[in-house]
Amino acid sequence: MTDAFAGDGGRPDPAEPGRAWVFGDNIDTDQITPSRFIVSSDPDELATHAFEDLRPEFSESVEPGDFVVAGENFGSGSSREHSPLSLVGAGVSAVVAQSFARIFFRNAINLGLPVLICPGADVIEDDDEIHVDLDAGVVTNHTRDETYEAEALPEFLQSLVEQGGLKAYTKAKLDG
Amino acid sequence: MAGKTLAEKLLSEKSGTDARAGDYVEADVDVAMAHDITGPLAFQTFDEVTGDDGELFAPDRTVFTIDHHAPADGVQAANNHNAVREFAAKHGAHQFDVGDGICHAVLVEEGFVGPGDLVIGADSHSTTYGGIGAFGTGVGSTDLGTALATGELWFRVPKTLRFEVDGDLGDGVYAKDLILRFIGDVGFDGCTYMAAEYAGSTIESLPIHERLVLSNMAIEMGGKTGLVAPDERTESYLERQTGNEIDLGDAFVSDDDADYEAVHSYDAAALAPQVSKPSNPENAVDVTEVAGTEIDQLFVGTCTNGRYEDIKVVADILEGETIAPNVRLVVVPASKSVYQHMLQTGVFQTLTDAGAVIQSAGCGPCAGYHQGVLGDGDVCLATANRNFPGREGSMESSVYLSSPATVGASALYGEITDPREVETKRYDDTVFAEVLP
Repeated sequence: MTDAFAGDGGRPDPAEPGRAWVFGDNIDTDQITPSRFIVSSDPDELATHAFEDLRPEFSESVEPGDFVVAGENFGSGSSREHSPLSLVGAGVSAVVAQSFARIFFRNAINLGLPVLICPGADVIEDDDEIHVDLDAGVVTNHTRDETYEAEALPEFLQSLVEQGGLKAYTKAKLDG
Repeated sequence: MAGKTLAEKLLSEKSGTDARAGDYVEADVDVAMAHDITGPLAFQTFDEVTGDDGELFAPDRTVFTIDHHAPADGVQAANNHNAVREFAAKHGAHQFDVGDGICHAVLVEEGFVGPGDLVIGADSHSTTYGGIGAFGTGVGSTDLGTALATGELWFRVPKTLRFEVDGDLGDGVYAKDLILRFIGDVGFDGCTYMAAEYAGSTIESLPIHERLVLSNMAIEMGGKTGLVAPDERTESYLERQTGNEIDLGDAFVSDDDADYEAVHSYDAAALAPQVSKPSNPENAVDVTEVAGTEIDQLFVGTCTNGRYEDIKVVADILEGETIAPNVRLVVVPASKSVYQHMLQTGVFQTLTDAGAVIQSAGCGPCAGYHQGVLGDGDVCLATANRNFPGREGSMESSVYLSSPATVGASALYGEITDPREVETKRYDDTVFAEVLP
């Protein structure tokens, strides 16, 4: 499953270490992308407002290859794809959370933004250096010299991802 | 093998498989919807997957609305509106414009969705359609854009969390109080990846406009959809509302031996009016616990409680009265026809006499876009579905959620007030259909 994500379309490779930005439980789509900015559908512009009210320093200093780490129910609320898109625009490698809201999880998969459910993610702290192995479902914390087990994607989603995501899958279906 | 839940039956029918919870299926979509925020991104996806000569899977079952930033509050919003208009015109889809109302209100009122349909909307409150027995679910723009081209989408068949309610609701207690209690009990993520199903004698006795409230807020506990089995009440509502003959022949109910994740049982008579405290819908408490809380603004509207019956409940309380001097009351009808009903029945006059501000139909300040945004320190009591931090404006503002009756009573006294302190009415569905031809 790694191939569809890693380096694809300029996406950073989650197997490369990056800095963790740690958020709490129930981070909703309004907090990821404040609603006043979602008149834009441009990932780069959306990235400049990611977490703007919650953590204004994020959009200023996030670097491609950084990770977003969160608690329970990340991405709850709206169906707006602008929220995962803003993280794609910011060059976030992957989102590691203890659990995800359903629509956000689905949107991220569709956009090629890796999302990992990792119950042990709560010990990761801001600025820890981490990387993830999407195939094995493992998060490695270099700062603390620890590893945490994550849930591998279900088989159906792995196959969707292997085919290049929902758009590629649909194109192939329409052409077929 | 155990029987099937309503959700399993609906997805079995639409996928042509024996769908069971946990299965992944590709299902035929009956109706697809997007609005001015999610539409433009979905159009990009559609164009990308179909090339230049793309055609919608079913233009007559594709609906676009302009409701979130309507009327436009800036140039970017106006450009998004134009993108919706152009795409809809190019592809022959139905399009509702500024002032026509909120997607979820319009789709039900205008008869675009019916019992047994699989409806996807690029808006999380697309769960609303479960109130008339449709499998309504919210998706993102990429999902929607591909489905517009193929008429199909993949789904994981959800487990079902069943809420059984029996008995009579007390005075001043409505479906909104029920759903706030459910969310309070299972938590904000208590129904994640699951379907909520509402059943029991109380639910069967609820008019459709109240059932829609239960389904609308299924997403506030993480639900993929929120279902009420369609019945004769559903049938007569839709026939009155749309003039179409409804055939419940393909309607569904859960089997007696269906497998539920859990069943939560409630005695309706024991339920007090509920208020969800900031900043999460799961913070539901009896209104008595927060009665007396000072507020600055009250907001009646949204896809949850902006229907005519909701606004009339507020108008009844404020008839001949004026709102407290320390508060402002913002009323936003959910649809143009609700707006017209308000004009025709005198509800508009009653509310403006009482001191309310009434805006054109749409989403209004629900998500903090415009028309009633909260400032630092402002406290709002709203009939909306969400009270996340900063939801209606400043991160330093706070939002309490309640039924329209609680908002009406609170507007009168200028602080959160138990609606049982005033006279409240409840309406069946005929009130709405009878006014206009």
